[in-house]
Amino acid sequence: MIEALQFEFMQHALLAGLLVSFAAGIIGSLIVVNRMVFLAGGIAHTSYGGIGLAVYFGLPIFLGASFFAVGAALLIAALTMKKRHRMDTFIGLIWAVGMAIGVIFVDLTPGYNVDLMSYLFGSILAVSSEDLYFMGALLALILFVVIFWYRDILAVSYDSEYAGLRDVNVKFFYTLILILSALTVVIAIKVVGLILVIAMLTIPVYIAEKLSNSLFSMMFLSGTIATLFTLGGLWFSYTYNLTSGASIIIVSAVSLGVFLLFHRGK
Amino acid sequence: MSVIDIKDVSFAYDKQMILDNINLSVEAKDFLAIIGPNGGGKSTLLKLILGINTLKKGSISVLGKEPSKSLTQIGYVPQNTNVNTDFPIKVIEVVMMGHVGGKKPLFGYGKDEIMCAMGALAQVGMEKFSQTKIGSLSGGQRQRVMIARALCAHPQILILDEPTSSIDITGQKEIYELLKMLNESITIIVVSHDISVILEYANKAAHVNKTLSYHDISDKKQTFHTHGDDEHFCEIELLQMLGAESCNTCEPETSAKWRETK
Repeated sequence: MIEALQFEFMQHALLAGLLVSFAAGIIGSLIVVNRMVFLAGGIAHTSYGGIGLAVYFGLPIFLGASFFAVGAALLIAALTMKKRHRMDTFIGLIWAVGMAIGVIFVDLTPGYNVDLMSYLFGSILAVSSEDLYFMGALLALILFVVIFWYRDILAVSYDSEYAGLRDVNVKFFYTLILILSALTVVIAIKVVGLILVIAMLTIPVYIAEKLSNSLFSMMFLSGTIATLFTLGGLWFSYTYNLTSGASIIIVSAVSLGVFLLFHRGK
Repeated sequence: MSVIDIKDVSFAYDKQMILDNINLSVEAKDFLAIIGPNGGGKSTLLKLILGINTLKKGSISVLGKEPSKSLTQIGYVPQNTNVNTDFPIKVIEVVMMGHVGGKKPLFGYGKDEIMCAMGALAQVGMEKFSQTKIGSLSGGQRQRVMIARALCAHPQILILDEPTSSIDITGQKEIYELLKMLNESITIIVVSHDISVILEYANKAAHVNKTLSYHDISDKKQTFHTHGDDEHFCEIELLQMLGAESCNTCEPETSAKWRETK
């Protein structure tokens, strides 16, 4: 493993792992405490539509996926604010339609034969410098939003009705959390792929939740745990020549199992 | 002096009439109990007073203003405080959510806010638990924290929706004793199913089931004889108090349930 670090792709992979893990830890915490896990899954799969469009029009993949994911997030936000009890139906719908759009556009692209698997299961070993800038910028944005509006986000997440009575703009923060989730999902697709992204957003958070007594420490701890899982997964992937995204998720899941075994009854 | 004035208010969801021509006036330092069957419109009435539901017919003034404009002077304790118990949040942070407007520091919490929140916790006897995770408290303790959160804004009116629905008997009594103490300086409105306990502490009662019937019960000790100093009113006395008609016709199910439990 150490000798691998001299390769640029490995350095990129480690840096990407670190940036994405912290973004996923922070946003995953918000997703879990706001009970939006299914919603994040919907956005992840919908963003495949953006990937298909970007491939067809020859745009940067990140750009296409981001626009599509944010669009889906705004649509879900608008729909769920009006009819919250039908949320699961809307999400399921958007989930499937987004993927279908992606598949169709990839079909339409002449001579297209890039490995689709890399979007479904991630390709952390193929992270470019531009990807890293995008990830870094997003993490900076997330940190800014979460630190600057910590109290409002905390109030909306814990008790949105009460926050509304205390003059907090609940709709604004709900939408903001969704948009940041969409962008985080997009960068996490590079690391673990859109099918596995949900595990990355929830497993570290689930462990951190049990060990934290504030939202802030939960976010920080989730980021740290996600980083450990990503590095561990990468090591497995490199040593045994396995798919990196899947290795990261399996390391996370096994660690969760061990954690629950020792934490039981506490 | 009346703090809340409700005049000719009707409210409907879609086409279903929930409240029909309600009139109610709450005096300063009243302890008002709002009772009535499920789906009778109690929560809707609360939401109108809090400005969560928008008024379509009639008028409501709270402290002389529209409900949404006097929110800062109302302390509200919502119905279900047992949701989200996994949420990683400390008691003091929950209480500080009660602060309104004003100048907030750029990051974190101001010293005065922390002082104020600790004061509110001391008022409800929970200052020891300020750094405890909210999920590890008992139902009654959590309810006290929610009352502290409401007190944080120094309200003139405290509104509680089913404050004792998930608390054991001792806890319930403690909550009502706390409210009685707070009632010395604050107007209190409690919505509850638990009518025997609430009528011991309340001085006014409003029975809401689409329409509203209002009772001044401050002189209950003279009007109704109790079985002993500490005992609750028996169901017949309660029914008498509220007018047997409204109870027999409006809530046959509830009355039947009381009989079973006795």
